[in-house]
Amino acid sequence: MDKLSDTLGRFGGVYLLPVALGAVAFVLIGAPSSWVTLTVAGLAMGMMLFLMASGLSLVFGLMDVMNFGHSAFVSFGAFVAASVLAGLSSWLGSDSVVLASAALMLALLAAIAFGLAVGLFFETVIIRPVYQDHLRQILITMGALIVSEQIILAVWGGTPITVLRPGFLEGAWIIGDVSIEVYRLFAFALGAYVFAGLMILLNRTRIGLLIRAGVENREMVEALGFKINRLFIGVFMLGSALAALGGAMWAGYETLITPALGGEMMIVVFIVVIIGGLGSIEGTLLGAIIVGLTANYVGYLTPKLALASNMILMMAILMWRPSGLKPAVK
Amino acid sequence: MKQSFGTIAVKTTMLIIAALLLFAPFLFQDIRALEVAARICIFIVLVASYDLLIGYTGIVSFAHTMFFGFGAYGAAIALKQMGPGWDAVALGALAGVLVSLVVATVIGLISLRVKAIFFAMITLAAASVVLVLASQLSQITGGEDGITYRAPDIFKTATKLMVDDDGKVVRWFGVKLNGKLAGYYFVFASSLALFLVLLRITVSPLGTVLMAIRENEARAEAMGYRVVAYRTFVFCLAAVVASLAGSVYAVWLKYTGPDTALAFHIMIDILLMVVIGGMGTMWGAVVGAVLLVMAQYYLRDLMGAASEALHGIPLLPELLAPDRWLFWLGIIFILLVYFFPKGIVGTLMLRGTRT
Amino acid sequence: MTLLSVRKMKTNIGQYAVLHDVSFDVPEGGVFVLLGRNGAGKTTTLRSIMGLWQPSPGSVQFKGQDIAGMATADISRLGIAFVPENMGIFGGLTVEENLVLATAKGKFDQARLRRIYELFPALEQFWSKQAWSLSGGQKQMLSVARAIIEPRALILIDEPTKGLAPSIVAAMGEAFREIAQSATILLVEQNFNFARNLGRDMAVIEDGRVVHSGTMADFSADTDLQGQLLGLSA
Repeated sequence: MDKLSDTLGRFGGVYLLPVALGAVAFVLIGAPSSWVTLTVAGLAMGMMLFLMASGLSLVFGLMDVMNFGHSAFVSFGAFVAASVLAGLSSWLGSDSVVLASAALMLALLAAIAFGLAVGLFFETVIIRPVYQDHLRQILITMGALIVSEQIILAVWGGTPITVLRPGFLEGAWIIGDVSIEVYRLFAFALGAYVFAGLMILLNRTRIGLLIRAGVENREMVEALGFKINRLFIGVFMLGSALAALGGAMWAGYETLITPALGGEMMIVVFIVVIIGGLGSIEGTLLGAIIVGLTANYVGYLTPKLALASNMILMMAILMWRPSGLKPAVK
Repeated sequence: MKQSFGTIAVKTTMLIIAALLLFAPFLFQDIRALEVAARICIFIVLVASYDLLIGYTGIVSFAHTMFFGFGAYGAAIALKQMGPGWDAVALGALAGVLVSLVVATVIGLISLRVKAIFFAMITLAAASVVLVLASQLSQITGGEDGITYRAPDIFKTATKLMVDDDGKVVRWFGVKLNGKLAGYYFVFASSLALFLVLLRITVSPLGTVLMAIRENEARAEAMGYRVVAYRTFVFCLAAVVASLAGSVYAVWLKYTGPDTALAFHIMIDILLMVVIGGMGTMWGAVVGAVLLVMAQYYLRDLMGAASEALHGIPLLPELLAPDRWLFWLGIIFILLVYFFPKGIVGTLMLRGTRT
Repeated sequence: MTLLSVRKMKTNIGQYAVLHDVSFDVPEGGVFVLLGRNGAGKTTTLRSIMGLWQPSPGSVQFKGQDIAGMATADISRLGIAFVPENMGIFGGLTVEENLVLATAKGKFDQARLRRIYELFPALEQFWSKQAWSLSGGQKQMLSVARAIIEPRALILIDEPTKGLAPSIVAAMGEAFREIAQSATILLVEQNFNFARNLGRDMAVIEDGRVVHSGTMADFSADTDLQGQLLGLSA
């Protein structure tokens, strides 16, 4: 019983980290209205990071495969969505909310479809031949990342691209002296939906049962008669599509994107999955929220340390827990 | 021991490359060629020290440029603050080495315990944080613009190493014996010395232990080797060598900025060189560095011409544009890792032993 | 009638040859026991049959069909279940989830489920508990239950009594006897006293080779042979 309550306390403790982070920031920032704005921004950013990182984490958990080219999906998602939105600028410009929503939906769907297709290509052509060989996996996926970035440069050019947004996502809600950007709420809501969807998929369906079992013990899933490679292709494609969706959302958030986006996000995504612990969706969400909040709080308090702070956070957490906050059960 | 054809071919190539680099100022008498030769020297050391990690120990680090940058920025900042002098070079190089040692030890102790993949991710994150810091702390590092400074007097182009009776600089085989020449030989000699040290390490008992760890970590541990300690040590060693190479390069270039010393594309260059040349051979570093640096300088011209020729075809001209040369290198890289994981040198040496 | 026929099976793990020449026939029905010292290659034999290591082709026949080189999942679907030495329990999943995963269609056959409850009452009791919280014996029961939740012709069981309390070992023996009435068990066991009471036929592996095979009755009677092959003193 002691052990049980101990375990519960520890789990609660881990999940309380973002809350503690918020409380410390509240004291340091001083102004409640700024704090609310920053917290909302941090949560929104966390949700977008979650979209980008969840696939990477699951893929590693299931097959011990680390895809260093994962950020290519983020970039592709961002640029494909930006292109679709640019192509449908007349719909966005019209007064009709229906048309503007349709343009947004199409852009996000295009990013997802592209992510699925590129994910299928990556899994079957790039990664399949180097299962079980970490060194070559790192090298090959890195090579694929270089090629992907060059393709983006060749297709979209090196100059920054402005991303159009539907009118109803522009602007901010003002409550008292707190202002909350609508797009951030939208990003948060979408991320929350995807998280809920993933939790249902993992905990309420047979496929999810197989994925959870596979993360723990791949061989035994095979011995029970399931082809784990097929499952893996599916998970890989899902992860790629989510990363592309995350990239598309990020493009709308930044409103100005460059081909360097993939490389920048890759670092943050790595920090997220390392902090959260590889292989678990809850851990990834936790890591993403922590990184999102830290980036925004520190960005406000000492702008120059924004990226370094996440790095320091990661080092600290690794010293405390070498496998991250909440890794998958192995 | 009878030497195979492949080994002889590799050794002959090494001798030719060494000779070409030694006589480079006399053989290729233009400024650009000398730049290329100096860059090759530096990258041979950088890649060879990286090979000690990836090829001999099986550690994948993405922070090698970071250590190179510590050395370069150390020398650059010292030369800028203290003025051109050997004391500044020595102090800067030493500072670079110390910072590299501390950072390498911390990273090594934290993350070499965990999986190889974690280590790769953490080094990548650390390197990018340093890159961002370097561009943000512009009072010290000059930010994106970098630092321009003067090297010790002996390396000034105007310096006359030998003068004739008229007070003019002496020419040997038509080459002026000036500070530029001294600079090149400083780079050449330092690189040679560092490379020989690395070579010596790989044939020492330490090299044998490292390879034992790479082949079978659990077994090496069971034999009583403290794997984490060895790995951390090698990581520090490679970091120190990279840092020294950075200092030498900073003295030669008289300029240090993110693009020459820290940017991620340098890391990609190193990776390409070590894989193209061949991991775990040391000689592979030489071949890889020579081929890739040459390609960087001369392939772009070729691609520019090809891009012009294919004008009008969709996408292909864009992909053949000189700036897109990484696209093709990336594809070559992937194909090499698939089909010739031992690289050029490794494959050559293997080929020879079979016949 | 022969259910499984292993002929001259060789298996390399990495660069090490673990199995050199393993040949034996498992007749249909009852318990076939594979004996041998630690490191003799018993576990490797089971894993090779299951396709988790790749044996040299053409050396394993199940119901007359060559299964060497087939994917593990396909071998499983032919009707071979595997209870590995480490039990292979999914600790993050509940007992129910562990079992439902092992069904072909995701639904329980109520009759089989009742039979499992009768064999292992603890599983019914801890039905919705996460499997990591079970005791060692309960995990072993779950692993065996998973193997029989669908009708299987052959069940490979690797050292099921290791580290278990005597009372649980006895219960496990009863369960195996029950299971062996409708399926064939290929049992790898170190505990000779447990194995001799269950087995009908047997083989001994030593250094990657089958050095003896015959009936358990004959082997039980021959204490000299036992001492020679297993290092047991009478």
